[in-house]
Amino acid sequence: MSQKRLKLLWLQSITCNGNTHSFLNHPDLFSILSHFELIYHPVLETSYDIQALLSGRLDCDVLILEGSFRQEGFKKGGIEVFELVKNYAEKAKHIISAGTCSTFGGIFKQYDPDSISGFCFNGEERTESYEKYASKTISLPGCPIHPKWLSYVLMMLSHGKKIPLDELHRPQELYGITVHTGCVRNEYFEWKVDTKGFGLKEGCSFYENGCQGPYTRGSCNKILWNDTSSKTVVGTPCFGCTEPSFPKTALYTTKTNMGIPATMPLGVPRRAYLTATGIAKSFKIKRFEERIITYDS
Amino acid sequence: MKIAEKKARKRESIILTALQLFSTKGFHKTTIPDIADKLHMSVGNLYNYFSSKDMLAKEIIKFTSEVLGNEIKTVNMMDISSEEKIRKIVEIYFGMASEKPEMIEYFLRVYLSHREVFADGCEGMTCVSGFITEIMIFFDDGVSKEELRDQDFFSAFGLFMGYLGGMVFLKGEEILPRELDEYVDDISRNIYYALKA
Repeated sequence: MSQKRLKLLWLQSITCNGNTHSFLNHPDLFSILSHFELIYHPVLETSYDIQALLSGRLDCDVLILEGSFRQEGFKKGGIEVFELVKNYAEKAKHIISAGTCSTFGGIFKQYDPDSISGFCFNGEERTESYEKYASKTISLPGCPIHPKWLSYVLMMLSHGKKIPLDELHRPQELYGITVHTGCVRNEYFEWKVDTKGFGLKEGCSFYENGCQGPYTRGSCNKILWNDTSSKTVVGTPCFGCTEPSFPKTALYTTKTNMGIPATMPLGVPRRAYLTATGIAKSFKIKRFEERIITYDS
Repeated sequence: MKIAEKKARKRESIILTALQLFSTKGFHKTTIPDIADKLHMSVGNLYNYFSSKDMLAKEIIKFTSEVLGNEIKTVNMMDISSEEKIRKIVEIYFGMASEKPEMIEYFLRVYLSHREVFADGCEGMTCVSGFITEIMIFFDDGVSKEELRDQDFFSAFGLFMGYLGGMVFLKGEEILPRELDEYVDDISRNIYYALKA
């Protein structure tokens, strides 16, 4: 691989640093970064400092954006961040919106939903930036993103590979499935057995405890967190953090209408779901009523 | 007519005939030869369609549930309020009880009264899912439109269907002084008041 390394610039707007920190957890962080020339990064030592960044004169092939955007009023060193972003977005060959804030608006959008958004999307709606920059933008929503979602994209770009995207510019490899896919609780989902509490090994959190996994796009149960586990595996509901509608409220409670989940699994017609549910609930499967591990005391 | 289509029609005619006999003569008093005789077919041929009387009984409840479910589905698809839907469902239920009494009678007097026949193969809602699913959709729509109060499904279901079933049962016992359709107004209103948000 003798091709020239791409220049990588990581630019933050209003952010909690969550995606920056998540990426630091990548077990092969420096190996991945070695494929790039790191121009600027908010917490890693780089060739240029923030003053150089603010000058707008740095080169940039891959621009990683983190945080929510506002056309006016978010300043860094006296410079409007949005102007800075546009400056580097012009130069970049590829733009990666890392996290739900920079993709759809996310948590920070809640402060002022009318003026704060993601870079190319405001929720699911296209922003003014879409027309100009969407063709080179890859959306990586998540709160935060999984470090390996970003490394997948970076390595594909560094090798000049095309990344198939969906209509919201998310890589299909990562977001073509739901968080439900691969969840260890799927047997309980199939037989409609609720969990009896958070953190238990048994039961599904979809029916009462707010799990959004069946209608949230993401690969949290395919590419495990810390190479070990996921929210739904350990018994916490999926909060739907990759979705344009994130964040919702009452995250630990399933909204139901007379006991029927108000939101259906992705793409599943309600009539089909209810038919299957009625039949599944008619049977009591002894194994699913029991604890997986019986402790002595 | 293709053979498969002919068989399907024959199958349905067996179901309808058995439904009528079970509902009027009683499940245990009706035999497979009775059903075959009424259809002018041999007992052996009838067994080609249903391997036992119990199996036939289960297919009948699925059939009636689908018929009633399809009627309610039509109502669910209408762009009308939950109050109006309640009235239409009551009309459908009472209409069926008057015009096809065997359908409702079978549910009340065979399905609910001979649970041992349905224990294996019709567990829980398995054989009545066509009907139950549409009732679920009706409740779900009503609550999401904030027209019906959010509550436990079975509390609402029992109130609605228990009420209608009870009235039809009273009619069957010839206790009701008036025809069922004369009760539609009051009963629809009572159900709506009990379920509304």
